[in-house]
Amino acid sequence: MDTHIYDMGDMDIAWCPGCGNYSILKMVKLALAELDIKPHELVLVSGIGQAAKIPHYFRTNFFNGLHGRAIPPATAIKAVNPGLTVIAESGDGDMYGEGGNHFIHAIRRNPDITNIVHNNMVYGLTKGQASPTSQLGFRTPVQVRGVFLEPLNPISLAIALDASFVARAYSGDIEQSKEMIKEAISHKGFALVDVFHPCVSFNKVNTHSWFKEHIYYLDDSHDPLNRLSAFQKATEKDRLPLGIFYRNPGKPTFEENVRLYKQDKTPLSLRKTERKEKLMNLIKSKK
Amino acid sequence: MNKQFAPDDHDVSVVLCGQAGQGIQTVERILIRLLKLAGFNVFATKEYMSRVRGGSNSTEIRVSSQSVSAFVDRMDILIPFHKGALDHVRKRISPQTLILGDEEIIPDDFQTSANRFIPVPFAKIASELGGKIFVNIAAAGVVTGMFQVDQSLIGNFIKEFFAEKSEEVVQKNIKAIQRGWEIGGEFLDSQKSGLESWKKKDISEQILLNGAEAVGLGALAGGCSFLSSYPMSPSTGVMVFLSQQMEDFDLIVEQAEDEISAINMALGASYSGARAMVTTSGGGFALMTEGVSLAGMTETPVVIHIAQRPGPATGLPTRTEQADLELALYSGHGEFPRIIFAPGRLEDAFFLTQKAFHLADKYQIPVFILTDQYFMDSYSNLPELDASAAKVEKFIVKTKKGYRRYELTEEGISPRGIPGFGQGFVGVDSDEHDLEAHITENLDLRKKMVEKRLKKLESIKKDIVPPELVGSHDYRILLIGWGSTYGVISEALEKLGREDTAFLHFKQVYPLHEKTRNYLEKAERAIIIENNATSQFARLIKLYTGADIEARILKYNGLAFSVEEVMARFKEIIG
Repeated sequence: MDTHIYDMGDMDIAWCPGCGNYSILKMVKLALAELDIKPHELVLVSGIGQAAKIPHYFRTNFFNGLHGRAIPPATAIKAVNPGLTVIAESGDGDMYGEGGNHFIHAIRRNPDITNIVHNNMVYGLTKGQASPTSQLGFRTPVQVRGVFLEPLNPISLAIALDASFVARAYSGDIEQSKEMIKEAISHKGFALVDVFHPCVSFNKVNTHSWFKEHIYYLDDSHDPLNRLSAFQKATEKDRLPLGIFYRNPGKPTFEENVRLYKQDKTPLSLRKTERKEKLMNLIKSKK
Repeated sequence: MNKQFAPDDHDVSVVLCGQAGQGIQTVERILIRLLKLAGFNVFATKEYMSRVRGGSNSTEIRVSSQSVSAFVDRMDILIPFHKGALDHVRKRISPQTLILGDEEIIPDDFQTSANRFIPVPFAKIASELGGKIFVNIAAAGVVTGMFQVDQSLIGNFIKEFFAEKSEEVVQKNIKAIQRGWEIGGEFLDSQKSGLESWKKKDISEQILLNGAEAVGLGALAGGCSFLSSYPMSPSTGVMVFLSQQMEDFDLIVEQAEDEISAINMALGASYSGARAMVTTSGGGFALMTEGVSLAGMTETPVVIHIAQRPGPATGLPTRTEQADLELALYSGHGEFPRIIFAPGRLEDAFFLTQKAFHLADKYQIPVFILTDQYFMDSYSNLPELDASAAKVEKFIVKTKKGYRRYELTEEGISPRGIPGFGQGFVGVDSDEHDLEAHITENLDLRKKMVEKRLKKLESIKKDIVPPELVGSHDYRILLIGWGSTYGVISEALEKLGREDTAFLHFKQVYPLHEKTRNYLEKAERAIIIENNATSQFARLIKLYTGADIEARILKYNGLAFSVEEVMARFKEIIG
């Protein structure tokens, strides 16, 4: 399928020139096109922030909700209609800060959704404050003496929670990142892809050249089914590994656990609502 | 034996008082069902502490020849289960109160001739049967004996009630209740009581519900297919009830990690085509308010049940209050339409919750159901609810190419599509948006969108539930109440027996029905009765009708009004 099917045509994009978000937009479209996922059967769910504007540059269904709250509606959208491909996509502040609790519990709940997080280690839309993933010592107009909070490590956190699929990508490498996103979308269960990308306006530390020096790809010697070694890789700090850290393919999904779709695959939204007889019996049972 | 029980005024109030964990709730559940099956009208309500064990809790069960649904202070029979019980209900004990219980737990000052105390050796009976656990079932037996509930009815009921227990446990329970029955029968002066005439066959055929079940049944009738919530007293009953229906109905019930998630899940479910609901109480709802605003902006239908309890903050977790009307009314930043229902009777809760789903979908707005602890936890018998009209009208359209979610229409209501159904794309956005839901800063369009959303209020007016006038249409004095106080105020009005006084009950508190002003203008004197400290509903009436209601009967100690209290405070005002 051609990626143009997802294009909005000429439009004003609110991202800064040179922003990593453009590459992420491109790789997500490529992944979807290669997987042959039709725009009608896709829902993009986002929160608030620069990354969260991505649904507006995408010809598809979308739910651009509240700051930090992309995952709860994404979970429910999928549960009500499991035939849809649902991607919750937003920035590091949105997903790991404001929405941190939902991130944690979505891993436990394991809905079959893909969680793509644009991780540039800084707040863009509010103009340059620290994000949960900002590195120690990172100075901002608010964190004037530098960040002293330990950065949140979404990869080790997700593996600690025995997440279903955990990967990290980099916006500067569209080809390999696209492959990871394809794997994440195809994976059954909650799939996290944390995508490093530079913020050209507000992060003068973690630039393209910084990333190039600090990242490397996990090679074939890494077994993504081995949780302990995945965790060990996730905690590396000096050089940051990219790739699929961990897979836990056997986990039942939220949609499977709600048991509505065992016999009948019809989405909840399109089922017959006739329940008069059952209701009357239920009322009678209260005698 | 003293034949001390001779009910003659067709209405007996039985109060059970014990510690949390002593099983009073089990006695309540057994007694109300058995008494109802025997043909008596019953009403039960409870007040309890926020703890799992200990403390002092009480349950009132009214047994009557007439339909009753109101709390009374009066205690005709009191069965204490622990030492602190009498102190807990001391203010309500009168010389007429018949106290039945173990001598060891009755303070000496109640064991005098000034009180009607009959010792009943519950502890001894229980230990003979194998343990303390049988105390409450023996007590239930005493009450069934006093009301001469048919023994075979009891046996069958106990078998069913303890169906999951072993045969031995069932038999012991039957023995315990029979022992109690024999003792209770001794107290009844059947010469002086007309109990037999109270019982009616059609009552035994009626159903028995509490407020939580009535809201839950209404949700099912309204087509609810998704509920996400976080447990919070006193709203959890609705979640528990619906969870138990998941096997039989196409329904997802999910306990969210917090209330923020709960409402955002509900909105996602609704966007995806489900009929979605949340159930919560004040503090939890406070966390949901940004989500309410999102429902307003995205025009996503959602039903929000708030079972009120006293605040601020944690307040009194297991008590009752009507102090979150303004919270519901003003919740969510920005301006957008909403509807707020406040059921007064169990039937109201069923029909209004059903209607809430209908109107939420019809107008694509949040619709609130305001109840409270008193309403949630009170049981009454009522005629079988009519589910035959429970047809769920679908408002979702199949989209075509070029579909736009926020098409501007005359009434402000855009045809609502859902993702994956049709050839169009369905977008929603919390930002101000264009017709396709994309972010806009076109300020002319912004103005149009605000007007589009608010325009719906005009159409909503056609669907406002009018207030219900109870009593004389030719009134001079008008009592005004809303929500759960319906039963208490109605009964107080009846007992006051004044031709010049009526009661106007609001089941919809926002928007107000246009007749509200007429009703008020007709009254020489209006008295508002609210379970809060600042008379929030009077303020709302003033805002929308201009009418001042100066006479107020307010209560905010965490308990519901009693019939006697409303009568007494009415007399203080009117004389």
